[in-house]
Amino acid sequence: MEFIVTHVEQGVMTLTLNRPDRLNSFNDEMHRQLAASLTQAERDDTIRCLLLTGAGRGFCAGQDLNDRNVDPNGAPPDLGMSVENFYNPLVRRLARLPKPVIAAVNGVAAGAGATLALGCGSASFVMAFSKLGLVPDCGGTWWLPRVAGHARAMGLALLGDKLSAEQAHAWGMIWQVVDDEKLSAAAQELAMHLATQPTFGLGLIKQAIHAAENNTLDAQLDLERDYQRLAGRSDDYREGVSAFLAKRKPQFTGR
Amino acid sequence: MSELIQTRHGRVLQLTLNRPAARNALNNDLLLQIAQALESAATDSAVSACVIYGNERCFAAGADLNEMAQKDLPATLNDIRPQLWGRINAFNKPLIAAVNGYALGAGCELALLCDVVIAGDNARFGLPEITLGIMPGAGGTQRLIRCVGKSLASKMILTGESIGAREAREAGLVSDICPPALTLEYGLGQAQKMARHAPLALQAAKQALRQSQEMALQTGLAQERQLFAMLAATDDRREGIDAFLQKRTPDFKGR
Repeated sequence: MEFIVTHVEQGVMTLTLNRPDRLNSFNDEMHRQLAASLTQAERDDTIRCLLLTGAGRGFCAGQDLNDRNVDPNGAPPDLGMSVENFYNPLVRRLARLPKPVIAAVNGVAAGAGATLALGCGSASFVMAFSKLGLVPDCGGTWWLPRVAGHARAMGLALLGDKLSAEQAHAWGMIWQVVDDEKLSAAAQELAMHLATQPTFGLGLIKQAIHAAENNTLDAQLDLERDYQRLAGRSDDYREGVSAFLAKRKPQFTGR
Repeated sequence: MSELIQTRHGRVLQLTLNRPAARNALNNDLLLQIAQALESAATDSAVSACVIYGNERCFAAGADLNEMAQKDLPATLNDIRPQLWGRINAFNKPLIAAVNGYALGAGCELALLCDVVIAGDNARFGLPEITLGIMPGAGGTQRLIRCVGKSLASKMILTGESIGAREAREAGLVSDICPPALTLEYGLGQAQKMARHAPLALQAAKQALRQSQEMALQTGLAQERQLFAMLAATDDRREGIDAFLQKRTPDFKGR
């Protein structure tokens, strides 16, 4: 069964979470397939942008709770194992991937699905964890206060209420809201655009912004110096400057 | 191509470990070449400092297990390795490890033996010997605990778990972190900075730093004072102070 459908075209790798009957919720096999696709995205230099979306009417409903039957008489489960083995590596790899990652959130993004969407870029977001007695994982407690602010993060995580796309947009959690029928085209267009841009430089920008979350201004200034040094050695920087001086459109190769 | 590449950058000697197929595993032959290179550099007045580097992905991933497996107890007792390590340790000039990727087992011990460790942010330090039914045998249990303290050193050595660059810097094993593509450059930069100073002062200061690990504070202070006084008899001390007072660059002669 293909739980992850991949499609590579013009530098964009589209990863479709494909368990539409279960709102694309995660099971172990889907994690393994996603990990394999990510490995391809990491190794293939011709892939210059990743687009993540869901099949059917949802984006991702988080963990498939059918896989987590809790036997009332059994020992408590070790949910940390699944976080450690599947969710954490996934989030780390997406965050470290030196290429833009876009989430086209086509429907409900709940639990790990919501945090996954935050980890990347007419939908709704539900921090469903608290209703089950759990804690937002997949980086949820890290991303939320950073994108939505402390008070909103607390409210969302403690109440577990549904958040509309408009509200998420107003709070700065997402980049853009588009009509349902236009989502796929808008996301494709954005991804195609990013795939023609200086990927190496974009990767450094992404790493720098992630690093800024933990750095002092001093440390960040040093990091900017280092990354600028690297960026200045890229082919795309040369191309960018010569295209600017020649008043023509640059042809970036991503290197 | 040689397994140890020697490159000169002015007064700095760069030693590059070059056994990429074996992830730079430190077999006896490679250790011997390092020892010999450092011994020549020790008596070469044109060399002031040395940088040891692997490549962008790996420093040295351990000892050569095939070589080790062949040795029974008598052969291990008569192993020349401790003498090779002793010869490397006897190098009297500043020694910098520029570490990207894995510095495990003997690779970690080699980094610990160096005076300064500069790490790429992809660096990993660890002593996984325990997982092979053995233990660190070239200073790992002694030098690690002196720089990172009892708890972390014991955890690393008893579990075999490695630590990343950031943790290594917080713990005091590493002085600086930079992007992997710049690690060598930064290591060489630090070495160049050292190499601008008076050779005898560098050697005396290194000796004082080394002996701080060998003796009690009072004895160490007395030794430090002796070395300090010894420098008073050098031409370079006069030159250094004169140049400072006259606001010019000193011209050291190594006397």
